[in-house]
Amino acid sequence: MNRIRLPRRALLLSTAGAAAATQFPQRARAQVPRRGGTLVVAADTEPRNLNPAIVASNGVFYVASKVIEPLAEMSASGDGLAPRLATAWQGSPDGRSATFTLRDGVTWHDGKPFTSADLAFSALEVWRKLQNLGRLVFKDLEAVETPDSRTAILRFAKPTPFQLIKNALPSLTAVLPRHVFEGTDINANPANQKLIGTGPFRFVEHRPGEYYRLERNPNYWEAGRPYLDAIIYRVLPDRSAVAAALEADQIQLCAFSAVPLTDLARLAAVPGVVVVPGGYDGITYQLTVEINHRRKELADVRVRRAIAHAIDRDFVVKTLFLGYAKASTGPIPKFDTQFYTADVAATPFDVARANALLDEAGYARGSNGVRFQLRLLPAPWFEQTRQMGDYLRQALRAIGIDAQIVANDPAAHTRAVYTDHNFDLAIGSPVYRNDPAISTTILYQSGLPTGVPFSNQYGYASAAMDEVIGKAAISVDATERSQLYRGFQRRAAEELPLLNVVEFTFITVARSKVQNVANNPRWATSHWADAWLSG
Amino acid sequence: MNRALRVVARRCIAAVPTFLLVALAAFALLEAAPGDAADAYLAQTGGDLGFAAELRARLGLAATWPERLLGFFGSLLGLNLGQSVIFNRPVLAVLGERLPNTLLLMSATILVATGLGVTLGILAGARPGGVRDRVLSTAALTLLAMPNFWLSLLLILGFVVKLGWFPIGGIRTIGAQLPGLAAGFDVLHHLVLPAIALGAGYIAIYQRTLRAGMIEAWRGDHVRAAHARGVPRRAVIWRAVARPALLPVVVLFGQQMGALVGGSVVVETVFSIPGMGRLAYEAVVGRDALLLVGVLLTATCVVLLANLIVDLLLVRLDPRIGAADA
Repeated sequence: MNRIRLPRRALLLSTAGAAAATQFPQRARAQVPRRGGTLVVAADTEPRNLNPAIVASNGVFYVASKVIEPLAEMSASGDGLAPRLATAWQGSPDGRSATFTLRDGVTWHDGKPFTSADLAFSALEVWRKLQNLGRLVFKDLEAVETPDSRTAILRFAKPTPFQLIKNALPSLTAVLPRHVFEGTDINANPANQKLIGTGPFRFVEHRPGEYYRLERNPNYWEAGRPYLDAIIYRVLPDRSAVAAALEADQIQLCAFSAVPLTDLARLAAVPGVVVVPGGYDGITYQLTVEINHRRKELADVRVRRAIAHAIDRDFVVKTLFLGYAKASTGPIPKFDTQFYTADVAATPFDVARANALLDEAGYARGSNGVRFQLRLLPAPWFEQTRQMGDYLRQALRAIGIDAQIVANDPAAHTRAVYTDHNFDLAIGSPVYRNDPAISTTILYQSGLPTGVPFSNQYGYASAAMDEVIGKAAISVDATERSQLYRGFQRRAAEELPLLNVVEFTFITVARSKVQNVANNPRWATSHWADAWLSG
Repeated sequence: MNRALRVVARRCIAAVPTFLLVALAAFALLEAAPGDAADAYLAQTGGDLGFAAELRARLGLAATWPERLLGFFGSLLGLNLGQSVIFNRPVLAVLGERLPNTLLLMSATILVATGLGVTLGILAGARPGGVRDRVLSTAALTLLAMPNFWLSLLLILGFVVKLGWFPIGGIRTIGAQLPGLAAGFDVLHHLVLPAIALGAGYIAIYQRTLRAGMIEAWRGDHVRAAHARGVPRRAVIWRAVARPALLPVVVLFGQQMGALVGGSVVVETVFSIPGMGRLAYEAVVGRDALLLVGVLLTATCVVLLANLIVDLLLVRLDPRIGAADA
């Protein structure tokens, strides 16, 4: 019996706005949620700074999102957002202000009330000044007015699209308690580890190398939630051990594809274990080929297009990702219907065309069949980024390019690609965060300083590209802005400054008794207030 | 007693240059590696140039390398061994958490390895070439040939997944508030499988070494003399054959302490035991020079200590080794 649920089906259901429960017909029958129980899940990293308001990253969110809440969470239904700390939001037509109505009756885990002053402090002192992503999105934030304890008005010095602010709510707006952080060195505050938030779970304990322990917040604003008494994150650095721990019921869930994809078919056949592919659309990753345009061969768009034609996306999906990925058409994943367009120039797998393009560009094969040599740096982030390096090397050989693989650890790779520019091709895996302006357009925009990781350090500069990015960045009209980003995708497909190969999300594997798994598009990095354990 | 103390003191003074070299080598190695601690951190988070610059300033990476070397030794001389970059805490505190786990694992491994290794070695060496010897020697070689991680996974598959006798890993039951003795038993329960996985190779080495030594000893005149005097076979084996063959085993044991402290990255990872091996690995990946030095210095200390114990043990085991050195 095959218990793997097809990602395609999950996607259809979620985009059709179907209630998440229908995704699991046999579980929907499973009556009333049961209170109590401890959910033990696998964790593989222990972030140095666990504060999601400072470090917006999925490794941090995985633990911290249960303790510290954002203003709103992503939702598969409605306008794509579900209220958390804010209950309503409204942008002004000129893009100069955004008004938030905050939830009533919310208290911090230390008992103090949550007010608009906390939001004002978080936005001005933390998101805008310290946060890895917020420094960009909130750069023009000038002031936050708090006419009363339930209302906060964000004022911007320059027009800032409200569409962007809305899209940034799930990842970039974790609210911190002002009374804990104000007047301290925020980066060094002990509360960056011992989190204090408003979320469904309180932070209890972290034993480095062993586990994190979160316990139920008895005063949570949502009556009757959370269902679980506690969540324990067990640090299990070995992927095979994670699979064994699930089989032995010593953990009940692992997220972010913590078990090797090759184990999934076997695990799906284990009684009491289910493989759940949904719940990550809001944090879709792309597998990309990053290109150093300083190499004269690669500065020629024909050569870049030839490389694109040499890649069999279907092979990558089926062999590297075992079907758990989709061929990519550009920098924006299909899931984001606000911006996505399929109407772009395609570069299908076509070795003959690739060879013709290279001949045309004037790079004839030498006597050994090689046109030129390249250094290829696969990022060490994922198994698949490394495997893509091996595959690309073979694919390039078919078109007469000899790629030498240079393997590095994370620090060395980051330095080589984004500071030293010491590469010709690299395999990357940028994450799309619900709006192109958050972490996607900086991969295309020129004029960025050297040393910014995951940005255009490729030596690519296109006035037309910069113009469309610049316009969209200040376009306050959502329809116009979406239109601009469709143009952005078309331009990206024409100029191919980097190659988007496939888009992929992750797999959750859980014991079947864990309920309400993957019921929103950022599930693993969301609150889990409604997760529960059946008998 | 006084003499022993003097040995210890002399060893400690001799260790100072070793420590300095170790520290310098660790610093130089991480300096030579491409990318710094900020790069390692940014690889996980991203962030704009200001974010990176502030991070470098906070981590003290903005200075030139001679300044950093100075600061590095300055921190080392401090009581805390400096601040770990990846853990954002004093190195000494981090080591204090990890060392007990590694020492526990080491002790359990040594117990398993010497206990089983010596027993099997004596059993094999008692009648070299016999059926028992052949079976045991083949088994030992098989164990020796097995990679650690594979044996670990096999043990997990068999004893955790299928039989459910042992926990999957870790050092203690999470969140259980157990009274004294039960807590000790709980830790032992967690250590059985990793100790077997880590000790398997050593069991084989000890068994082989002891057996070889015993074969050598059987040919000795003192053995023939003992036979001639009519000493019972069991006593001959124990007193005349096994005892001299034990000496190289003890020496080996001393040498392997170092490998045990530093070399358990694989087993610690598979069994998710937060010990020194994983810490060293994390320090290298995170470009955390002070933490790496802390790990190396601790390992150096443990090895020196172990060798001291081995020397004292050898004196006891072998009356031929005079107290001249001591």
